[in-house]
Amino acid sequence: MEEIFRREAGRVLATLIRLLGDFDRAEEARQDAFAAAIEQWPCAGIPANPRAWLVSAGRNKAVDRVRREALFHSKILNLERAGAEAGAQVFIDEDEEAVFGDDRLRLIFTCCHPALSSDAQIALTLREVCGLTTLAVSRAFLVSEDTMAQRLVRAKKKIREAGIPYETPPPELLDQRIDGVLAVIYSVFTEGYAVTSGNELMNEALCDEAIRLARLVDVLLPRNPALIGLLALMLLHDARRRARVSDAGNVILLEHQDRGLWNQAEIAEGLALVDESLRLPGRVSPYSVQAAIAAVHVRAPDKDSTDWRQIVALYEVLMRLQPTPVIELNHAVAVSMVDGAGRALDLVESLAARGEVKDYHLLNAVRGSLLQRLERTAEAREAYQRALAEAKVEPERRLIAARIAQLDAG
Amino acid sequence: MNYLLLIYANEAQTAAMDPAALTTMTQEYTEFTKGIIQAGQFKAGDRLKPVSTASTVRVRNGKAAITDGPFAETREQLGGYYLVDAKNLDEAISIAARIPGAKHGSIEVRPIWPPAG
Repeated sequence: MEEIFRREAGRVLATLIRLLGDFDRAEEARQDAFAAAIEQWPCAGIPANPRAWLVSAGRNKAVDRVRREALFHSKILNLERAGAEAGAQVFIDEDEEAVFGDDRLRLIFTCCHPALSSDAQIALTLREVCGLTTLAVSRAFLVSEDTMAQRLVRAKKKIREAGIPYETPPPELLDQRIDGVLAVIYSVFTEGYAVTSGNELMNEALCDEAIRLARLVDVLLPRNPALIGLLALMLLHDARRRARVSDAGNVILLEHQDRGLWNQAEIAEGLALVDESLRLPGRVSPYSVQAAIAAVHVRAPDKDSTDWRQIVALYEVLMRLQPTPVIELNHAVAVSMVDGAGRALDLVESLAARGEVKDYHLLNAVRGSLLQRLERTAEAREAYQRALAEAKVEPERRLIAARIAQLDAG
Repeated sequence: MNYLLLIYANEAQTAAMDPAALTTMTQEYTEFTKGIIQAGQFKAGDRLKPVSTASTVRVRNGKAAITDGPFAETREQLGGYYLVDAKNLDEAISIAARIPGAKHGSIEVRPIWPPAG
C-alpha cells in the first residue's frame, strides 16, 4: 500500500488540481483519499484501479468538505460541474495513462510559469511535482521552514489570483515554455551539485530529483533535443559525483579524480543521450553542447589523452549560443591546454578588462593557475590571494589555499 | 477574467520621436485596438496625457492635500492602459505582448478583483 501511495501521489495530486482547480484543496483531498484508503483497503482489498479510486475518493472528499464548510452555493456547483466534466475522462481505462500524463505535464508547466519568480518556480516544482516536504525544500534553499512555507503560499496565491492557467501551453508558446521548465530542472540539479559545505544527502537528493524530473518530462514530451541534452549533461556530471570530493571534504578537480569511482551506468546512458540529442532535428541547445563537452572528458581513459582541441571547438560553439563570462572563462582554460597558458592568459585578461564577470574568485583562481604555469610566481600568488578573499564556499577556499601553499613550498 | 494592462514608457523618449515614427505608432495602436475589439477582448483603453499634467491628491484628517506631479517618480511613466477580458494570464500576456508600446516600454499585467457581492 505504501508502495502504491508513493507511486501514485504525484499523479493523483496533478489530476486533483485539475478537477478542483486549486492547489491547497487538491492537497487536502489527496490526504483525505489516502486516509480513506488506509481505512478501507485492508478490509475491502486494494481496488483494481487504485489511482482512479484515489482520485474519485479525493474528489468526493473535497466536495464534502466544501459542503461542510458551507461555502457559497455557486462554488459547489462549480466543483460538481468540473467533476462531472472530468469524471468521464478519469475512468476511461485505455486513455488513463494519457489523461494522467497530461495532468502531470500541466502541473509542471504551471509550477514553472514565467510569471512566478524563479525561486518560486523551483520551490513549487520540488514541492508539488517531486513531492518533497516543505521542510526538505526549505533545506535545499537554506531558509527556514516558515520562510519556505510563506514562499509557497504566496506562489500558489499568485497562480490562483492572477489566473495562471493549469494548462500545457499552446504550440506557439511551447518551445519558450519548455526552456523555462528545463531552466528549473537544471537549477535544481546545480543547487544539488554545487560543492557547498554540509548536507551531502540533501544535495544528492536534489540531483536525483532533477534527473527524475527530466526523465518524467522526457516520457511526457518525447524527443525534445534540449531536454535530452540536459538529461545527458546531468547524468555525465552526476556520474562523477562521488569522485569529486575527498573523504576530508576537499574538492578534487577532474584531472585528479579516480576514474574508477565514476558511475559507468550513468556515463553509458549519458553518452548515448548526447548522440541522440545532437542527431535530433532542430536548433542545437546549449545543454547538448555542454553535455558533448562533458562527454569528451569522460571518454578519455586518463587526463592526458583528453581531446582538448575538440573541447575548445565545442566551447566556441557554446559561446555563440550562450555568450556568458563563465563560458568564456572555461573556454580560456581549454585553450590553455591546446595553445599554452600564455595565450589563455590573454583571453582571461581581456575578459577581466570588460568587467562583466560576477564570480571574481573563479576568474582570479583561473588567472592564478595560468600564471603559476607560466612560472610568474609572485603574480600567481597575488591572484590566488584575491580569489581566496572573494571565495565564499569552504571547499573552494581550501582548494585555493592549497594552491598558495604549493607556491610557497616550491 | 479582467486584466488591466498598464503601459509604461519613457516620456522623454516618446516626446523626442520624429513625426513619421509617431504616425507609425499611432497606426499600430489603431490596428491593435481594432484587433482586440474584434476578438471580443477589449473593454476599455485610453492614452494618458504626460505626467507633467498630473496632480496627486491625499486626504489626511479629512483634509485634501494636493501636490503637483505623479504619485511616484519613476524611470518609465504610465502612459496609457487597456482593460481586457482574457481567459487566463497567458491570454492576457499574449495581448500585452502585442501592444505596440511593449517594444520600447513595459506593460504591467494586473488581474482585477471581481465586483464585490
